[in-house]
Amino acid sequence: MEKLYTFLKYTFITLWTVFIVAPFLWAVSTSFKDFQSVNSKVTYIPWLDFEPTLEGWRVLVKSPARGGVDIVEPYFNSIFVTCTASLVSIVLGTLAAYALSRFTFKAGFVRNNDITFFFISQRIMPPIVLSIPFFIFLSTIGLLDSLLGLVVVYIVLLMPIAVWIMVDFFNRVPKELDETALIDGCNPYQAFYKVVLPNSIPGLIVAGMFCIIFGWIDFFFAFILTFTEVQLLPVKVVALNSSITPWWSLSASALISVAPLIIVAFVVERYLSKGNLSGALK
Amino acid sequence: MNLIGENITYKPGDQFHLNDVSFNFKKGNLYTILGRTLSGKTTFLKTIAGLLNPDSGNLSFEEKDFSKIPVWERNVAMVYQQFINYPHLNVYENIIFPLRQRKLSQDKIKTDVEEALKTVGLNGFERRKIQELSGGQQQRVALARSLAKKAKILLLDEPLVNLDYKLREQLREEFKRIFSEGMSQETILIYSTTDPQEVMELNGEVIVLDEGKVLQKGPAKEIFENPLNLKVAEISNDPPMNILKGLKNSDNLNFENISIKSPKHFKNLENQNYNFGIRASEIKLDENGEEFEIELAEISGSETLLHLKKGNSKLIALIEEVMNFKIHQKVKIIFNSNKFYAFNQSGELVSSPYGANNG
Repeated sequence: MEKLYTFLKYTFITLWTVFIVAPFLWAVSTSFKDFQSVNSKVTYIPWLDFEPTLEGWRVLVKSPARGGVDIVEPYFNSIFVTCTASLVSIVLGTLAAYALSRFTFKAGFVRNNDITFFFISQRIMPPIVLSIPFFIFLSTIGLLDSLLGLVVVYIVLLMPIAVWIMVDFFNRVPKELDETALIDGCNPYQAFYKVVLPNSIPGLIVAGMFCIIFGWIDFFFAFILTFTEVQLLPVKVVALNSSITPWWSLSASALISVAPLIIVAFVVERYLSKGNLSGALK
Repeated sequence: MNLIGENITYKPGDQFHLNDVSFNFKKGNLYTILGRTLSGKTTFLKTIAGLLNPDSGNLSFEEKDFSKIPVWERNVAMVYQQFINYPHLNVYENIIFPLRQRKLSQDKIKTDVEEALKTVGLNGFERRKIQELSGGQQQRVALARSLAKKAKILLLDEPLVNLDYKLREQLREEFKRIFSEGMSQETILIYSTTDPQEVMELNGEVIVLDEGKVLQKGPAKEIFENPLNLKVAEISNDPPMNILKGLKNSDNLNFENISIKSPKHFKNLENQNYNFGIRASEIKLDENGEEFEIELAEISGSETLLHLKKGNSKLIALIEEVMNFKIHQKVKIIFNSNKFYAFNQSGELVSSPYGANNG
């Protein structure tokens, strides 16, 4: 019975791994192909099945004038917008979450939980509902088709995630920890950054990870709110698709798009495996 | 120069957490707050620390209005029943944390920390992480942090309650030693607990608290010998004092068809109905005694607790040996009548075997 269970478990894990990894391998293989090797016959292994070429990758850095699609600038645009918006969201979100977790707010019928729900409700609405107000808002303040405008919108989208995760995290940090810090001579601000914050690093990392992921993969708002001046990576990748689907450069751009997320995942995984997330506070 | 509280009341919702509490704590003394869970002990300590603002009343220390001074400037120390330390710091960093906040000189910090670690028996553990320590050791770190601060007011909120039995006994012994040796005459020590035995062993001034109200104040011995009313008798004894409703006539105490010769210290009491109180330890098994039925028998350590029933009366007897009983078995017991208390119908003490209020 035990052996059967182990067998089934490993079979499942193997199948699942294949399911996840196979598209990646397919994309890696395809990114080194050209028109001919894609269309001739079914091929997988470079050198054996087909002659590898860097054409798919070269297109990505060539300027449009020379027949390429320059994704370098959109790439750095995406990195800038995602990181800036995530950072601001984490800083503001953490402060908001701490206040919501530790202090009692009353305004009419509004209580802490209502405020927390207000933050989350921003994510409950379908994006299409938000797109028109965002569009009008950005065009009114003249930030349409600009990096700053995108940062502003992304903060609105990402901060609820940060608040949600951090409220939950702070609620699990015993209030007595803050109180002990106060008794030990910290004023409330010192108690926050000397005691509560250093013990919240696991929560900050998780919140940061989610912000980066959700910021990085957004296509919809990047598509709606930019035209020619500024482009973000997801929009540019989709724009690659013309009358003849260039599978090789699409694969290359897909791989380079997920690369930052894979790096984030590895960093976070290493941190989580240290066991600091759950063991820090009982 | 004392810590004085006057008519402090705190009522956040429907229930009083503190109800008109007044006290006058002198430096160099140990005060124990005795009360059951949710009796307001933690509120009491948090109010002194400044973590809670009472609705009304005055709190002053060294002739200054304490309510005007924020927590972080009060120079108090507090140990919680949960083992609260700074998880991101090691043992040494935990203990110097409050000293660093006060910007003391490095040399002073070093000697203070070493002294505190030695007092709680944790020298050699300086570089350990908090998570690597057992519950008892974590609580020692918290205590060391409080001691190293040399705060003028040291608050301990049920510091032993979350420890296992053996460790609790051991740490309680050490507390007694630390309190008698390690404390300066400048410190007011306030210790809250639910455990009457702890109160008796620490032997300080006791405040019995119930539903936020002070029921009795006095030395531990006084609380033990002359509990002012039924509530105090219940709270200050573990197991709670047995209360038997009965009638006293000229020679006898009568309850549940039992008649016992009235003890000498009752001779001046009027003949009427009383609540007679007797401690569990003053009841013995005896062939010539009264028959009771066993409802439950618990063995704890080297003792057996018998929950007995007869008619409407229930009582608990403490037998000083481990014995096996069956439930619903009948046993015969006698009462040590010299140790009977008498409380009147409204629950106030009217006669004690230790002399107060006799007649």
